[in-house]
Amino acid sequence: MEEEKFDVIIVGAGPAGSTAAFLLARAGLEVLLIEKGITPGSKNMFGGRMYSHALHKIMPNFWEEAPVERPVVKEILTFMNGSQSVSMDFQDVHWGTPPYHSFTLLRADFDAWLAEKAEEAGAMVACGIRVDELLIENGRIVGIQAGEDRMLADVVIAADGVNSLIAQKAGLCKKFSPKQVATGAKQVIQLSEETISQRFKLSGNEGVAQLFVGDCTKGMHGGGFLYTNKSTISLGLVVSAEALQHNQYKIIDLIEDLKENPHIAPLLEGGEVVEYSAHLVPEAGLNMMPQIFGDGILVAGDAAGFVLNLGYIVRGVDFAIASGEAAAKTVMSAKVNNNFSKQGLSKYQQFLKEGFVMNDLETYRQAPQFMANPRMFKAYPQLVTGLMSKLFTVDGSPPVRLMGKILGQMKQSKIGLTQLAVDGLRGARLL
Amino acid sequence: MKRMSIEQLLGINKFAVDDAEAHIVLKKDICATCADKPCTFSCPAVLYKIIDGEISFDYAGCLECGTCRTVCPKEGAISWKYPRGGFGINFRYG
Repeated sequence: MEEEKFDVIIVGAGPAGSTAAFLLARAGLEVLLIEKGITPGSKNMFGGRMYSHALHKIMPNFWEEAPVERPVVKEILTFMNGSQSVSMDFQDVHWGTPPYHSFTLLRADFDAWLAEKAEEAGAMVACGIRVDELLIENGRIVGIQAGEDRMLADVVIAADGVNSLIAQKAGLCKKFSPKQVATGAKQVIQLSEETISQRFKLSGNEGVAQLFVGDCTKGMHGGGFLYTNKSTISLGLVVSAEALQHNQYKIIDLIEDLKENPHIAPLLEGGEVVEYSAHLVPEAGLNMMPQIFGDGILVAGDAAGFVLNLGYIVRGVDFAIASGEAAAKTVMSAKVNNNFSKQGLSKYQQFLKEGFVMNDLETYRQAPQFMANPRMFKAYPQLVTGLMSKLFTVDGSPPVRLMGKILGQMKQSKIGLTQLAVDGLRGARLL
Repeated sequence: MKRMSIEQLLGINKFAVDDAEAHIVLKKDICATCADKPCTFSCPAVLYKIIDGEISFDYAGCLECGTCRTVCPKEGAISWKYPRGGFGINFRYG
């Protein structure tokens, strides 16, 4: 049987894979984009928001045709502790006008659209096909096998997500540890567009992104998220897999608790759950990055661990898109020299450094270690909510001036002044 | 909103169950030596259960996240791959 030969085979039609496919097909290369889902996006989920800059650079004003949900104009960070919560709320109405800062998305629609752009540019998109093996000749990856079908290419791009079995088969990565990843689980809750805008005090199509920290994870390393889509709300939790491994809590029970939480329940009232999904998040970022290039192979997106969680900002899709772009540039340059060896593909690093991907990940390399500090998820949320409670309570008890309230609350939370100073300074330096 | 059980939640999802091939297979003799069984509480779909003292797993409601594979402390106990093309979870929202 004659095997079909392409310039590039891309495994996975997520943001990384479809971006690479789009750029390479547009440059005239023969591209095969393989997706195991029945449609692109049908296996993909995330919390809910994409920062626009990376895609806007590649497809200017993409929002005019892409199925985006709402541009985010409001950021809320909420500390939770029992009956109390403290929220910090930031709004920029400019973010609701072009070039929109970020959008909430639903991946089934968005990823399907991006793969369609790749197809329009000339890529062949093959869905419902699971890649079973890599074809390796003299240590070089020369193609893929799916069932009985073998397909050849000068280079394979592994854009198959966090559990990259392709990068693993290529011998580029070790199995990651529970410390390096988090489990994200989400419910999509349907409400009317007007109800959502009213409840979150949004005008027009504006959206909100809210992150929660505190007892929503029972003090486990992680947090909650809420994103408003057009006529649905994405609500969920992300919890370190190591924490899940060592505690008896089930993430689904915690999400159900979150829905019943008096601070959140009124926002969801009358809503209907239309989907429950889960996914791993490669939280360790650079600290879990595999070898991202080898003989005949490149690794992009989540498969490469390109995710950043700073606690107040969570990014993945913009890194995926930019790494897909860097991978495409690498392949084009390798094609000019007809050198698809590890050395020929090593320019990938350089392209990633020229963009923001490596700069941002390097800058915040130690953020995951800082975020692993258990005080972040229990003692500090308690300190903040307790202090605010003391500040606003009038009940006839003896007066205490502000300094006394602060010191009293700190004593109660068992955080020393030195500890607070050290954590504060570390946080300011690493985040 | 009313509290929902995991069975109700999975019931809302769209799955194309592959009756011919399980994408996750357990070596139950290895599982039997595992004291903690973190899969039983870490799986977001709660598909790992202990029935009559033995681990039991139903791949039909799998969300394909990979948590079990990560938290499993026993080398070789879980053989994990994605379902065959077109099968498994089919997110309509994502």
